[in-house]
Amino acid sequence: MPDATLLKQTPLHAWHAAHGGRLVDFAGWSMPVQYGSIVNEHHAARRSCGVFDISHMGRLRVSGPGAAAYLDGLVTRRVDNMKPGQIRYGLVCREDGGVLDDVLVYQGADFGVGEGGVSHSDSHSTFGVVCNAGNRDKMVAWMTKRLPSGVMFEDFTLSTAMMAVQGPEAMTIAAALCDIDVMPLGYYRGQAAHVMGAPAYVSRTGYTGEDGLEIVCRADATQAIWAALVEAAEAVGGGAVGLAARDTLRLEAGMPLYGHELSETIRPDDAGLGFSINLKDRDFVGRDALVALNDPAKPRQVRVGLELEGRRAAREGSRVLLDGDVVGTVTSGSFSPTFQHPLAMAFVDVAASSLETMLQVDVRGTSLPARVVSLPFYTRPKG
Amino acid sequence: MEPEALQYAKSHEWVALAQDGDDRIVTVGLSAFALETLTDLVFMDLPDVGLEVSPEDHLCDVESVKAVSEVYSPVAGVVVEVNEALPDQLETIGDDPYGASWICKIRLNDGADLDGLLDHAAYLKACADDAH
Repeated sequence: MPDATLLKQTPLHAWHAAHGGRLVDFAGWSMPVQYGSIVNEHHAARRSCGVFDISHMGRLRVSGPGAAAYLDGLVTRRVDNMKPGQIRYGLVCREDGGVLDDVLVYQGADFGVGEGGVSHSDSHSTFGVVCNAGNRDKMVAWMTKRLPSGVMFEDFTLSTAMMAVQGPEAMTIAAALCDIDVMPLGYYRGQAAHVMGAPAYVSRTGYTGEDGLEIVCRADATQAIWAALVEAAEAVGGGAVGLAARDTLRLEAGMPLYGHELSETIRPDDAGLGFSINLKDRDFVGRDALVALNDPAKPRQVRVGLELEGRRAAREGSRVLLDGDVVGTVTSGSFSPTFQHPLAMAFVDVAASSLETMLQVDVRGTSLPARVVSLPFYTRPKG
Repeated sequence: MEPEALQYAKSHEWVALAQDGDDRIVTVGLSAFALETLTDLVFMDLPDVGLEVSPEDHLCDVESVKAVSEVYSPVAGVVVEVNEALPDQLETIGDDPYGASWICKIRLNDGADLDGLLDHAAYLKACADDAH
């Protein structure tokens, strides 16, 4: 265990500690893995409203006249045609196509959360980038090294906070604290707003498979907003949710997690993330390597969803077999609180990846039947 | 059973010793502290009756939503009985950790003893030290 005093703390650290949060080292941050029951926290987000401290995520700002062209040269999705308020998921690759991180790019978002946000004339040349906590140092180094003159790069992770409000009641709860009407915000759209009077950037994004809002605000405004969100969530049967339930929620929603379904050695196409790569009429770092990596003649393993019977879960690292032969490896696995049986994501040989194929997972010496099913496992009911 | 009357392994198993004729039988379970820490148990298996164990040998697994934890034997002996009902009662396992939630009974080997186990006060102190 690293010395706990060296871990970074979010502005909500004292709240977590005072409310039963079990604090663990997550990517160098002291973060609450759970407050009580993981299952109850999971259900809170699925059934009413879960509130998450995700301040460990990296919040970066790129601005200046060349910002769009600069980011477009680093991200696998097109960035230079985004409209203000638009948010896009993409990958950042090395020259050899290895994925450094998966990110959200926010056109016109000011993660410095200055008063009043970014003026309209500046918004075309300002971008927010949210990266994974564990990749932040790597990403900051990568991005600053390639920074052209005239483009400014700033890391606001430590001076700001980020909270996610997720679940069927989340929009109503979050909207009550905002000075603008957030209900018309489309999915993957964001807007500058004041939340409880504090300048903030809000977006209709999340990592749970539920509807909801994510809020970036200055560190000193965090406690009041958090307390109001948690109180409103508890009033409808929800509450604060830790990282453990965040993980079971994203697993059910079939969302990849860097270090599991994504890494410097996993090809994005094999992870089912081909949609996040746009090669047409554009160039970015790693583009040619990604094209070469997709040689169909090369053997490949692709990401699949696995559904297990019973209650014993397949875990990361479990071997996947077909008729006794090893055909892959589990990258994420857990008991699913929503479906009440274990789910997993795994990379398996293409020949073993067809839907309904019956595979086996070796769980500590016990062979458990596992059926290949389509991802995501969970899709929220619409309407 | 009163937790103060039991003995504990540092790996969080409790032990209750009883004499049964010539045999010394220990009942083994997981402490309230362990069950509270594990949370959200979804699966457990049981050791096989007849399994011969030494202290710190693997007895069985308990699995929560988040992780798998091992239960270790606190003593040297042979498993003579298991709580067949327990794996179907995981939602209430924390309600009666020192009674209904017993895991198995082990007949102590001749010459085996409970030396090395902790009394309740020493166990609670070990738990508190672990938490820091």
